[in-house]
Amino acid sequence: MDINATLLGQTIAFMFFVWFSLKYVWPPLNNAIEERQKKISDGLAASERATKDLESARAQADEELKAAKIQAAELIDQAKKRAGKLVEEETQRGHAEREKIIASGYAEVEAERTRVREELRKQVAILAIAGAEKIIEREIDAQKQSDIVEKLVAEL
Amino acid sequence: MAAESNISIQGYINHHLSDMTVGTGFWAVNVGAISVSLILGFVFVLSFMFVGRKATTGVPGKFQCFVEMIVEFVATSVRETFHVKDKLIAPIALTIFMWVFLMNLMKLVPVDWLPTVFGAVGLMFTPDAIQYDTTNYSILEKIMAHPWSYLTIAPTTDLNITMGLALGVFLFIVGYSIAYKGVGGFIKELSFTPFNHWALVPFNLVLELVTLIAKPVSLGLRLFGNLYAGEVIFILIALVGLGQLPLHFAWAVFHILVIVLQAFLFMMLTIVYLSMAAEDH
Repeated sequence: MDINATLLGQTIAFMFFVWFSLKYVWPPLNNAIEERQKKISDGLAASERATKDLESARAQADEELKAAKIQAAELIDQAKKRAGKLVEEETQRGHAEREKIIASGYAEVEAERTRVREELRKQVAILAIAGAEKIIEREIDAQKQSDIVEKLVAEL
Repeated sequence: MAAESNISIQGYINHHLSDMTVGTGFWAVNVGAISVSLILGFVFVLSFMFVGRKATTGVPGKFQCFVEMIVEFVATSVRETFHVKDKLIAPIALTIFMWVFLMNLMKLVPVDWLPTVFGAVGLMFTPDAIQYDTTNYSILEKIMAHPWSYLTIAPTTDLNITMGLALGVFLFIVGYSIAYKGVGGFIKELSFTPFNHWALVPFNLVLELVTLIAKPVSLGLRLFGNLYAGEVIFILIALVGLGQLPLHFAWAVFHILVIVLQAFLFMMLTIVYLSMAAEDH
Protein backbone atom coordinates (compact mmCIF):
# COMPACT_ATOMS: atom_id res chain seq x y z
CA MET A 1 0.00 0.00 0.00
CA ASP A 2 1.64 3.18 -1.15
CA ILE A 3 1.13 6.77 -0.22
CA ASN A 4 -0.84 8.26 -3.08
CA ALA A 5 -3.43 10.87 -3.99
CA THR A 6 -5.94 9.28 -1.61
CA LEU A 7 -4.12 11.14 1.15
CA LEU A 8 -4.75 14.52 -0.47
CA GLY A 9 -8.36 13.59 -1.17
CA GLN A 10 -8.83 12.65 2.45
CA THR A 11 -7.29 15.92 3.63
CA ILE A 12 -9.55 17.95 1.35
CA ALA A 13 -12.58 15.94 2.49
CA PHE A 14 -11.55 16.52 6.08
CA MET A 15 -11.38 20.27 5.57
CA PHE A 16 -14.75 20.19 3.84
CA PHE A 17 -16.40 18.24 6.63
CA VAL A 18 -14.91 20.52 9.27
CA TRP A 19 -16.26 23.53 7.40
CA PHE A 20 -19.64 21.83 7.10
CA SER A 21 -19.70 21.03 10.80
CA LEU A 22 -18.72 24.57 11.68
CA LYS A 23 -21.46 25.96 9.49
CA TYR A 24 -24.41 23.59 9.77
CA VAL A 25 -23.82 20.95 12.44
CA TRP A 26 -22.31 22.48 15.54
CA PRO A 27 -24.23 25.76 15.99
CA PRO A 28 -27.83 24.43 15.94
CA LEU A 29 -27.01 21.44 18.14
CA ASN A 30 -25.01 23.46 20.61
CA ASN A 31 -27.66 26.18 20.69
CA ALA A 32 -30.37 23.63 21.33
CA ILE A 33 -28.38 22.10 24.17
CA GLU A 34 -27.50 25.43 25.74
CA GLU A 35 -31.04 26.70 25.43
CA ARG A 36 -32.38 23.58 27.05
CA GLN A 37 -29.83 23.88 29.83
CA LYS A 38 -30.98 27.45 30.41
CA LYS A 39 -34.60 26.36 30.36
CA ILE A 40 -33.95 23.63 32.88
CA SER A 41 -32.02 25.90 35.20
CA ASP A 42 -34.75 28.54 34.92
CA GLY A 43 -37.35 25.90 35.66
CA LEU A 44 -35.43 24.68 38.69
CA ALA A 45 -35.07 28.22 39.99
CA ALA A 46 -38.78 28.87 39.44
CA SER A 47 -39.76 25.70 41.27
CA GLU A 48 -37.49 26.63 44.14
CA ARG A 49 -39.05 30.07 44.30
CA ALA A 50 -42.52 28.52 44.21
CA THR A 51 -41.61 26.23 47.09
CA LYS A 52 -40.42 29.19 49.11
CA ASP A 53 -43.59 31.13 48.29
CA LEU A 54 -45.70 28.19 49.31
CA GLU A 55 -43.86 27.91 52.59
CA SER A 56 -44.28 31.57 53.41
CA ALA A 57 -47.95 31.43 52.43
CA ARG A 58 -48.44 28.46 54.68
CA ALA A 59 -46.73 30.25 57.56
CA GLN A 60 -48.91 33.29 57.00
CA ALA A 61 -52.05 31.18 56.92
CA ASP A 62 -51.00 29.52 60.16
CA GLU A 63 -50.47 32.88 61.79
CA GLU A 64 -53.81 34.19 60.64
CA LEU A 65 -55.55 31.07 61.81
CA LYS A 66 -53.95 31.45 65.22
CA ALA A 67 -55.01 35.11 65.43
CA ALA A 68 -58.55 34.20 64.42
CA LYS A 69 -58.68 31.51 67.07
CA ILE A 70 -57.54 33.94 69.73
CA GLN A 71 -60.12 36.48 68.62
CA ALA A 72 -62.88 33.90 68.62
CA ALA A 73 -61.91 32.80 72.13
CA GLU A 74 -62.05 36.41 73.25
CA LEU A 75 -65.45 36.90 71.70
CA ILE A 76 -66.83 33.80 73.36
CA ASP A 77 -65.41 34.91 76.68
CA GLN A 78 -67.00 38.33 76.35
CA ALA A 79 -70.33 36.84 75.38
CA LYS A 80 -70.22 34.51 78.35
CA LYS A 81 -69.44 37.38 80.71
CA ARG A 82 -72.22 39.47 79.27
CA ALA A 83 -74.69 36.63 79.54
CA GLY A 84 -73.69 36.07 83.18
CA LYS A 85 -74.18 39.72 83.93
CA LEU A 86 -77.58 39.76 82.26
CA VAL A 87 -78.78 36.76 84.24
CA GLU A 88 -77.52 38.31 87.45
CA GLU A 89 -79.27 41.61 86.74
CA GLU A 90 -82.54 39.94 85.84
CA THR A 91 -82.42 37.80 88.96
CA GLN A 92 -81.84 40.81 91.12
CA ARG A 93 -84.62 42.71 89.43
CA GLY A 94 -86.93 39.74 89.94
CA HIS A 95 -86.04 39.56 93.60
CA ALA A 96 -86.73 43.27 94.11
CA GLU A 97 -90.08 42.96 92.35
CA ARG A 98 -91.02 40.06 94.51
CA GLU A 99 -90.10 41.94 97.69
CA LYS A 100 -92.05 44.93 96.49
CA ILE A 101 -95.11 42.86 95.68
CA ILE A 102 -94.96 41.03 98.98
CA ALA A 103 -94.50 44.30 100.91
CA SER A 104 -97.45 45.96 99.16
CA GLY A 105 -99.58 42.86 99.90
CA TYR A 106 -98.66 43.03 103.55
CA ALA A 107 -99.46 46.73 103.68
CA GLU A 108 -102.82 46.16 102.05
CA VAL A 109 -103.71 43.38 104.43
CA GLU A 110 -102.59 45.49 107.40
CA ALA A 111 -104.67 48.48 106.23
CA GLU A 112 -107.73 46.25 105.76
CA ARG A 113 -107.27 44.76 109.17
CA THR A 114 -106.93 48.19 110.79
CA ARG A 115 -110.02 49.40 108.97
CA VAL A 116 -112.07 46.32 109.95
CA ARG A 117 -110.90 46.53 113.55
CA GLU A 118 -111.84 50.22 113.68
CA GLU A 119 -115.25 49.38 112.26
CA LEU A 120 -115.65 46.55 114.69
CA ARG A 121 -114.64 48.75 117.62
CA LYS A 122 -117.13 51.41 116.53
CA GLN A 123 -119.91 48.78 116.30
CA VAL A 124 -118.99 47.39 119.68
CA ALA A 125 -118.94 50.90 121.16
CA ILE A 126 -122.34 51.63 119.71
CA LEU A 127 -123.59 48.30 121.02
CA ALA A 128 -122.12 48.96 124.42
CA ILE A 129 -123.59 52.41 124.54
CA ALA A 130 -126.91 51.07 123.44
CA GLY A 131 -126.73 48.42 126.14
CA ALA A 132 -125.67 50.90 128.75
CA GLU A 133 -128.39 53.34 127.69
CA LYS A 134 -130.92 50.59 128.22
CA ILE A 135 -129.53 49.89 131.67
CA ILE A 136 -129.18 53.53 132.68
CA GLU A 137 -132.53 54.53 131.29
CA ARG A 138 -133.86 52.47 134.01
CA GLU A 139 -131.63 53.60 136.84
CA ILE A 140 -130.10 56.96 136.40
CA ASP A 141 -129.38 59.88 134.31
CA ALA A 142 -127.26 58.91 131.34
CA GLN A 143 -125.45 62.13 131.69
CA LYS A 144 -123.87 61.28 135.06
CA GLN A 145 -122.64 57.80 134.16
CA SER A 146 -121.32 58.61 130.69
CA ASP A 147 -117.66 58.82 131.82
CA ILE A 148 -117.85 55.18 133.01
CA VAL A 149 -119.21 54.13 129.57
CA GLU A 150 -116.39 56.02 127.88
CA LYS A 151 -113.86 54.15 130.01
CA LEU A 152 -115.42 50.82 128.98
CA VAL A 153 -115.38 51.73 125.30
CA ALA A 154 -111.69 52.68 125.56
CA GLU A 155 -110.90 49.34 127.13
CA LEU A 156 -112.44 47.34 124.24
CA MET B 1 -12.53 -19.61 1.70
CA ALA B 2 -8.80 -19.74 1.47
CA ALA B 3 -8.73 -23.43 0.85
CA GLU B 4 -9.57 -23.12 -2.82
CA SER B 5 -6.90 -24.33 -5.17
CA ASN B 6 -6.17 -21.19 -7.15
CA ILE B 7 -5.93 -18.80 -4.20
CA SER B 8 -3.02 -19.21 -1.81
CA ILE B 9 -3.15 -18.06 1.80
CA GLN B 10 -0.65 -15.37 0.95
CA GLY B 11 -2.77 -14.29 -2.00
CA TYR B 12 -5.88 -14.18 0.17
CA ILE B 13 -4.20 -11.95 2.75
CA ASN B 14 -2.75 -9.69 0.07
CA HIS B 15 -6.13 -9.49 -1.57
CA HIS B 16 -7.70 -8.19 1.61
CA LEU B 17 -4.93 -5.80 2.44
CA SER B 18 -4.87 -4.06 -0.93
CA ASP B 19 -7.49 -1.72 -2.24
CA MET B 20 -8.99 -1.26 -5.66
CA THR B 21 -6.96 1.53 -7.21
CA VAL B 22 -7.61 3.84 -10.12
CA GLY B 23 -4.70 5.66 -11.72
CA THR B 24 -0.99 5.04 -11.49
CA GLY B 25 1.95 6.18 -9.41
CA PHE B 26 1.32 8.91 -6.91
CA TRP B 27 -1.90 9.97 -8.58
CA ALA B 28 -3.53 6.62 -7.99
CA VAL B 29 -6.64 6.73 -5.80
CA ASN B 30 -7.71 3.95 -3.45
CA VAL B 31 -11.34 3.92 -4.55
CA GLY B 32 -12.68 1.72 -1.75
CA ALA B 33 -11.12 3.61 1.11
CA ILE B 34 -11.82 7.11 -0.15
CA SER B 35 -15.39 6.43 -1.26
CA VAL B 36 -16.40 4.66 1.95
CA SER B 37 -14.69 7.43 3.88
CA LEU B 38 -16.61 10.10 1.96
CA ILE B 39 -19.90 8.24 2.32
CA LEU B 40 -19.39 7.96 6.09
CA GLY B 41 -18.42 11.61 6.32
CA PHE B 42 -21.63 12.58 4.60
CA VAL B 43 -23.62 10.20 6.76
CA PHE B 44 -22.18 11.98 9.78
CA VAL B 45 -22.64 15.61 8.67
CA LEU B 46 -26.03 15.13 7.04
CA SER B 47 -27.57 13.14 9.90
CA PHE B 48 -26.23 15.60 12.46
CA MET B 49 -27.35 18.55 10.37
CA PHE B 50 -30.80 17.00 10.06
CA VAL B 51 -31.01 16.58 13.83
CA GLY B 52 -29.68 20.09 14.37
CA ARG B 53 -32.25 21.56 12.04
CA LYS B 54 -35.13 19.79 13.77
CA ALA B 55 -33.64 20.13 17.24
CA THR B 56 -36.16 21.18 19.83
CA THR B 57 -35.25 22.78 23.10
CA GLY B 58 -38.08 20.85 24.71
CA VAL B 59 -38.14 17.13 25.23
CA PRO B 60 -35.77 15.65 22.62
CA GLY B 61 -36.38 12.48 20.63
CA LYS B 62 -34.17 9.45 21.07
CA PHE B 63 -31.90 10.14 18.12
CA GLN B 64 -31.59 13.78 19.11
CA CYS B 65 -30.67 12.63 22.61
CA PHE B 66 -27.99 10.37 21.19
CA VAL B 67 -26.58 13.11 18.98
CA GLU B 68 -26.69 15.62 21.81
CA MET B 69 -24.91 13.17 24.06
CA ILE B 70 -22.04 13.00 21.58
CA VAL B 71 -22.02 16.77 21.09
CA GLU B 72 -22.05 17.29 24.85
CA PHE B 73 -19.24 14.76 25.27
CA VAL B 74 -17.11 16.50 22.65
CA ALA B 75 -17.94 19.93 24.07
CA THR B 76 -16.87 18.79 27.54
CA SER B 77 -13.61 17.35 26.23
CA VAL B 78 -12.89 20.61 24.39
CA ARG B 79 -13.80 22.76 27.40
CA GLU B 80 -11.53 20.81 29.71
CA THR B 81 -8.50 20.93 27.44
CA PHE B 82 -8.76 23.95 25.19
CA HIS B 83 -8.90 27.07 27.34
CA VAL B 84 -8.82 29.76 24.67
CA LYS B 85 -12.21 30.79 23.34
CA ASP B 86 -12.47 29.49 19.79
CA LYS B 87 -15.46 28.44 17.74
CA LEU B 88 -13.63 26.27 15.23
CA ILE B 89 -12.09 23.80 17.66
CA ALA B 90 -15.33 22.08 18.68
CA PRO B 91 -16.49 21.33 15.11
CA ILE B 92 -13.00 20.00 14.32
CA ALA B 93 -13.12 17.71 17.35
CA LEU B 94 -16.66 16.56 16.60
CA THR B 95 -15.86 15.86 12.95
CA ILE B 96 -12.76 13.88 13.84
CA PHE B 97 -14.46 11.88 16.55
CA MET B 98 -17.55 10.95 14.56
CA TRP B 99 -15.79 10.39 11.27
CA VAL B 100 -12.99 8.27 12.68
CA PHE B 101 -15.50 6.37 14.80
CA LEU B 102 -17.69 5.56 11.79
CA MET B 103 -14.68 4.59 9.67
CA ASN B 104 -13.39 2.35 12.46
CA LEU B 105 -16.86 0.88 12.83
CA MET B 106 -16.66 -0.49 9.28
CA LYS B 107 -14.12 -2.98 10.58
CA LEU B 108 -16.86 -4.90 12.33
CA VAL B 109 -18.29 -5.90 8.95
CA PRO B 110 -16.89 -9.39 8.32
CA VAL B 111 -13.92 -9.12 5.96
CA ASP B 112 -15.31 -11.26 3.12
CA TRP B 113 -18.83 -9.91 2.84
CA LEU B 114 -18.56 -6.78 0.81
CA PRO B 115 -15.58 -7.86 -1.36
CA THR B 116 -17.66 -10.84 -2.45
CA VAL B 117 -20.68 -8.66 -3.21
CA PHE B 118 -18.65 -6.09 -5.13
CA GLY B 119 -16.72 -8.80 -6.97
CA ALA B 120 -19.97 -10.52 -7.98
CA VAL B 121 -21.45 -7.24 -9.19
CA GLY B 122 -18.22 -6.48 -11.07
CA LEU B 123 -18.21 -9.92 -12.66
CA MET B 124 -21.77 -9.35 -13.76
CA PHE B 125 -21.20 -5.99 -15.45
CA THR B 126 -17.55 -6.06 -16.60
CA PRO B 127 -16.45 -9.70 -16.84
CA ASP B 128 -13.52 -8.64 -19.03
CA ALA B 129 -11.88 -6.59 -16.30
CA ILE B 130 -10.11 -9.67 -14.87
CA GLN B 131 -6.56 -9.26 -15.98
CA TYR B 132 -5.34 -12.84 -15.90
CA ASP B 133 -6.44 -16.22 -17.15
CA THR B 134 -9.26 -17.65 -15.05
CA THR B 135 -10.50 -20.40 -17.34
CA ASN B 136 -10.32 -23.17 -14.74
CA TYR B 137 -11.38 -20.98 -11.77
CA SER B 138 -14.51 -21.67 -9.75
CA ILE B 139 -17.15 -18.95 -9.72
CA LEU B 140 -16.09 -17.75 -6.26
CA GLU B 141 -12.48 -17.55 -7.38
CA LYS B 142 -13.56 -15.60 -10.42
CA ILE B 143 -15.43 -13.20 -8.21
CA MET B 144 -12.39 -12.73 -6.04
CA ALA B 145 -10.16 -12.28 -9.06
CA HIS B 146 -12.26 -9.37 -10.28
CA PRO B 147 -10.67 -5.99 -9.47
CA TRP B 148 -13.89 -4.67 -7.91
CA SER B 149 -13.62 -7.26 -5.16
CA TYR B 150 -10.54 -5.44 -3.92
CA LEU B 151 -12.67 -2.57 -2.60
CA THR B 152 -11.65 -1.91 0.98
CA ILE B 153 -14.49 -0.93 3.26
CA ALA B 154 -12.52 -0.12 6.40
CA PRO B 155 -10.90 3.20 5.47
CA THR B 156 -8.81 3.58 8.59
CA THR B 157 -6.83 0.48 7.73
CA ASP B 158 -5.47 2.51 4.81
CA LEU B 159 -2.41 4.59 5.69
CA ASN B 160 -3.48 7.24 3.18
CA ILE B 161 -6.70 7.89 5.04
CA THR B 162 -5.17 8.19 8.48
CA MET B 163 -2.25 10.26 7.23
CA GLY B 164 -4.67 12.41 5.25
CA LEU B 165 -6.53 13.18 8.47
CA ALA B 166 -3.22 13.80 10.23
CA LEU B 167 -2.17 16.17 7.46
CA GLY B 168 -5.41 18.07 7.99
CA VAL B 169 -4.67 18.29 11.70
CA PHE B 170 -1.12 19.44 10.88
CA LEU B 171 -2.48 22.25 8.73
CA PHE B 172 -4.77 23.27 11.59
CA ILE B 173 -1.80 23.23 14.01
CA VAL B 174 0.15 25.57 11.74
CA GLY B 175 -2.94 27.69 11.15
CA TYR B 176 -3.70 28.02 14.87
CA SER B 177 -0.07 28.85 15.65
CA ILE B 178 -0.08 31.63 13.09
CA ALA B 179 -3.56 32.86 14.02
CA TYR B 180 -2.78 33.13 17.73
CA LYS B 181 0.90 34.11 17.69
CA GLY B 182 1.38 35.65 14.26
CA VAL B 183 3.93 34.46 11.70
CA GLY B 184 6.74 36.14 13.64
CA GLY B 185 5.63 34.64 16.93
CA PHE B 186 5.43 31.20 15.38
CA ILE B 187 8.93 31.44 13.89
CA LYS B 188 10.25 32.86 17.14
CA GLU B 189 8.77 29.97 19.06
CA LEU B 190 10.38 27.51 16.65
CA SER B 191 13.77 29.24 16.90
CA PHE B 192 14.09 30.18 20.58
CA THR B 193 12.61 27.24 22.42
CA PRO B 194 13.70 25.28 24.30
CA PHE B 195 17.09 27.14 24.49
CA ASN B 196 16.71 30.89 24.49
CA HIS B 197 20.09 31.83 22.96
CA TRP B 198 20.83 33.05 19.42
CA ALA B 199 23.71 30.63 18.96
CA LEU B 200 21.39 27.69 19.48
CA VAL B 201 18.81 28.80 16.91
CA PRO B 202 19.68 26.08 14.34
CA PHE B 203 19.58 23.42 17.03
CA ASN B 204 16.26 24.72 18.31
CA LEU B 205 14.86 24.80 14.81
CA VAL B 206 15.74 21.18 14.16
CA LEU B 207 14.32 20.14 17.53
CA GLU B 208 11.08 22.09 17.17
CA LEU B 209 10.50 21.08 13.57
CA VAL B 210 10.90 17.44 14.49
CA THR B 211 8.43 17.96 17.34
CA LEU B 212 6.03 19.70 15.01
CA ILE B 213 6.22 17.00 12.34
CA ALA B 214 6.13 14.19 14.88
CA LYS B 215 2.69 15.26 16.11
CA PRO B 216 0.68 14.51 12.95
CA VAL B 217 2.89 11.56 12.01
CA SER B 218 2.32 9.90 15.37
CA LEU B 219 -1.40 10.68 15.15
CA GLY B 220 -1.78 9.07 11.75
CA LEU B 221 0.48 6.12 12.45
CA ARG B 222 -1.17 5.35 15.78
CA LEU B 223 -4.61 5.09 14.23
CA PHE B 224 -3.35 3.20 11.22
CA GLY B 225 -1.23 0.81 13.29
CA ASN B 226 -4.01 -0.11 15.67
CA LEU B 227 -6.61 -0.65 13.02
CA TYR B 228 -4.35 -2.32 10.47
CA ALA B 229 -3.14 -4.79 13.07
CA GLY B 230 -6.71 -5.52 14.04
CA GLU B 231 -7.61 -6.03 10.40
CA VAL B 232 -4.74 -8.48 9.90
CA ILE B 233 -5.97 -10.46 12.89
CA PHE B 234 -9.49 -10.48 11.42
CA ILE B 235 -8.10 -11.81 8.13
CA LEU B 236 -6.03 -14.46 9.88
CA ILE B 237 -9.08 -15.51 11.88
CA ALA B 238 -11.04 -15.73 8.62
CA LEU B 239 -8.48 -18.30 7.42
CA VAL B 240 -9.18 -20.97 10.02
CA GLY B 241 -12.46 -22.29 8.63
CA LEU B 242 -15.53 -22.82 10.78
CA GLY B 243 -13.53 -22.27 13.96
CA GLN B 244 -13.42 -18.61 13.01
CA LEU B 245 -16.93 -17.96 14.29
CA PRO B 246 -16.23 -17.82 18.06
CA LEU B 247 -12.81 -16.30 17.42
CA HIS B 248 -14.23 -13.67 15.15
CA PHE B 249 -16.92 -12.86 17.69
CA ALA B 250 -14.41 -12.52 20.52
CA TRP B 251 -12.06 -10.33 18.48
CA ALA B 252 -14.95 -8.17 17.25
CA VAL B 253 -16.16 -7.61 20.80
CA PHE B 254 -12.67 -6.62 21.85
CA HIS B 255 -12.44 -4.39 18.82
CA ILE B 256 -15.48 -2.36 19.88
CA LEU B 257 -13.22 -1.00 22.59
CA VAL B 258 -10.41 -0.23 20.13
CA ILE B 259 -12.79 1.49 17.73
CA VAL B 260 -14.13 3.95 20.28
CA LEU B 261 -10.83 4.38 22.06
CA GLN B 262 -8.88 5.22 18.91
CA ALA B 263 -11.52 7.68 17.73
CA PHE B 264 -11.45 9.33 21.15
CA LEU B 265 -7.65 9.38 21.23
CA PHE B 266 -7.41 10.96 17.81
CA MET B 267 -9.88 13.65 18.84
CA MET B 268 -8.29 14.26 22.24
CA LEU B 269 -4.75 14.51 20.86
CA THR B 270 -5.94 16.91 18.17
CA ILE B 271 -7.48 19.13 20.83
CA VAL B 272 -4.30 18.97 22.89
CA TYR B 273 -2.06 19.80 19.92
CA LEU B 274 -4.28 22.67 18.86
CA SER B 275 -4.43 24.06 22.39
CA MET B 276 -0.62 23.86 22.52
CA ALA B 277 -0.55 25.76 19.25
CA ALA B 278 -2.98 28.39 20.51
CA GLU B 279 -1.48 28.97 23.96
CA ASP B 280 1.90 30.36 24.86
CA HIS B 281 4.22 28.03 26.62
